[in-house]
Amino acid sequence: MRGGPITRFLLNDRGGTIMLSVLLAVAVLVPVLNLAVPADSPLHLSTYTVTLLGKYLCYALLALALDLVWGYCGILSLGHAAFFALGGYAMGMYLMRQIGSRGVYGHPELPDFMVFLNWQELPWYWLGFDMFWFALLMVIVVPGLLAFVFGWFAFRSRVTGVYLSIITQALTYALMLAFFRNEMGFGGNNGLTDFKDILGFSLQSDATRVGLFLASAIALAAAYLICRFIVTSKLGRVLIAIRDTEDRARFVGYRVENYKLWAFVVSAVLAGIAGALYVPQVGIINPGEFSPLNSIELVIWVAVGGRGTLYGAVAGALLVNYAKTYFTGAMPEAWLFALGALFVLVTLFLPRGIVGLLNRRRMKRQSGRHDAQTGAAHDDQHAEQSA
Amino acid sequence: MRGLKRLREFVRRDLSRDVAASAALDTSHGPILYLEGVTVSFDGFKALNDLNLYINDGELRCIIGPNGAGKTTMMDVITGKTRPDSGAVYFGQLIDLLKLSEPEIAEAGIGRKFQRPTVFESHSVFENLRLAMSANKAVWATLTAQLSGQQRDRIEEVLDIIGLVGEMHRNAGLLSHGQKQWLEIGMLLMQNPRLLLVDEPVAGMTLQETERTAELLTSLAGRHSVVVVEHDMEFVRSIAKTVTVLHEGRVLAEGSMADVQNNPEVVEVYLGE
Repeated sequence: MRGGPITRFLLNDRGGTIMLSVLLAVAVLVPVLNLAVPADSPLHLSTYTVTLLGKYLCYALLALALDLVWGYCGILSLGHAAFFALGGYAMGMYLMRQIGSRGVYGHPELPDFMVFLNWQELPWYWLGFDMFWFALLMVIVVPGLLAFVFGWFAFRSRVTGVYLSIITQALTYALMLAFFRNEMGFGGNNGLTDFKDILGFSLQSDATRVGLFLASAIALAAAYLICRFIVTSKLGRVLIAIRDTEDRARFVGYRVENYKLWAFVVSAVLAGIAGALYVPQVGIINPGEFSPLNSIELVIWVAVGGRGTLYGAVAGALLVNYAKTYFTGAMPEAWLFALGALFVLVTLFLPRGIVGLLNRRRMKRQSGRHDAQTGAAHDDQHAEQSA
Repeated sequence: MRGLKRLREFVRRDLSRDVAASAALDTSHGPILYLEGVTVSFDGFKALNDLNLYINDGELRCIIGPNGAGKTTMMDVITGKTRPDSGAVYFGQLIDLLKLSEPEIAEAGIGRKFQRPTVFESHSVFENLRLAMSANKAVWATLTAQLSGQQRDRIEEVLDIIGLVGEMHRNAGLLSHGQKQWLEIGMLLMQNPRLLLVDEPVAGMTLQETERTAELLTSLAGRHSVVVVEHDMEFVRSIAKTVTVLHEGRVLAEGSMADVQNNPEVVEVYLGE
């Protein structure tokens, strides 16, 4: 239970260890199967699949971000896709600038859509995005700043529960409408697309695709460790305390709004990073990513996986998105119904998600085996389950 | 004008942080808590009506009164949850509680137990006490905080006082009603408060639990000032030296239990019914 500050947070985390091991195995296997195995071999993994997996990993990172605020701090954000999309736009702007004169209109500086709109020069907010480091900075700063300003007002005014959910929904909807406008200078409803290369590597090449996939895997693993560090620290306990009894936390002397704001900003930054990794892999970012529906789907991933466990959110995102890929291929019209049914079923029968179900099974088996055993490890599992 | 005032109030929650820390608690004149001319109205109904109340340092004071007398509102005012329309609330001579937010008031040394037991149910008893412990409660400091041996000793000491040593690894959500009440009192003790506000500590308790709670609260007086709001007259009789009767938002009578019981006004509004 105790131990060094660094090792402490992975002990007693069976689910997380399994998840990280699987992630590591996939991160080794996928590049090998794609790049080293010849294309005619049955073991060969197509680049399409690599990109698809990379996309799933970005979703998993997004789900992880939501779980941090929803599962641990009780902030049900129904607008988290907004931060994802903002991170995506920041990366998209860099990729647009990389096109240079290779666009349809061949303008050395202006992206195609600006030429089309008869713009003469780059708007000020596009300056600097030709530099990768600046774009990366914006990937973190823009979602973080929005979350900070939004959260500062919302949490200080003590907006909680369903009211907070509704205004987060309004936030993402407002951003969607804004980004749909051509005058905003983000490509209107077509968004940003036709990317050519990133850091000089062609986005069409298999190696770049594998590289992006690996970057997503590393980002997911790193984010998991960061989140795990947060939730096992005293701060994590305070977040749970706030989730369960906000008033008590306040009277015990914690500045609840600062804690919420902190978690919200960290989560938004993670979501932004997920978006930035997502865009070069799918090759497009448009205002549809701000759609409230996306944020709601995201909540469903986390609910299905099991909130308040971190790895549950990752598993949920992967499972639901795999199901989505399958369904939209097999019977496209059925997907939304399946999604709705899934949410209803999970809410009714699996309030702790799939992870909660598995943990309960395991607990039953264990308590059957050694009935009288109680101890710190046991308690920890229990705390984790009820969290 | 009103909008401006509200905006300043809103922003101030951020800025007044250091005010609490800088003023030391001064009880040289006797009382630790001063409420003077406090009035709170909700839509015209005066929950507190020109309330004057002084609590002495180290005393155990019981506050009784019929429903709607303003007992809980008074607690809300002291802990910063409700702002009065008028009046002054001072903690010691120097600390103006009306200028502080709830966490600042907690930091200044006032702990509050709610009417319904509120503990952090998904945490263990030990963890509950750890979270309540007085420490630097800023976000970044909390992220890297480690439990020192001294702090562990302090937690064990309080576990002993509240009689929950055997339950320390259990989830607080699994405790009985009475145990939750004690845990909550324990959490207040972890904050090292000078003043404890305890709202209906024995509601829903068995006879033995009530007796234990009486012992616990009496043992705390002296080192801490304790204000108990309670309905249970038996309980009040067993612990109180001084009793204050609230009625319609103001003090109706104050004195020993015997004095108060013989006060005809009190008998009329409360005890006699």
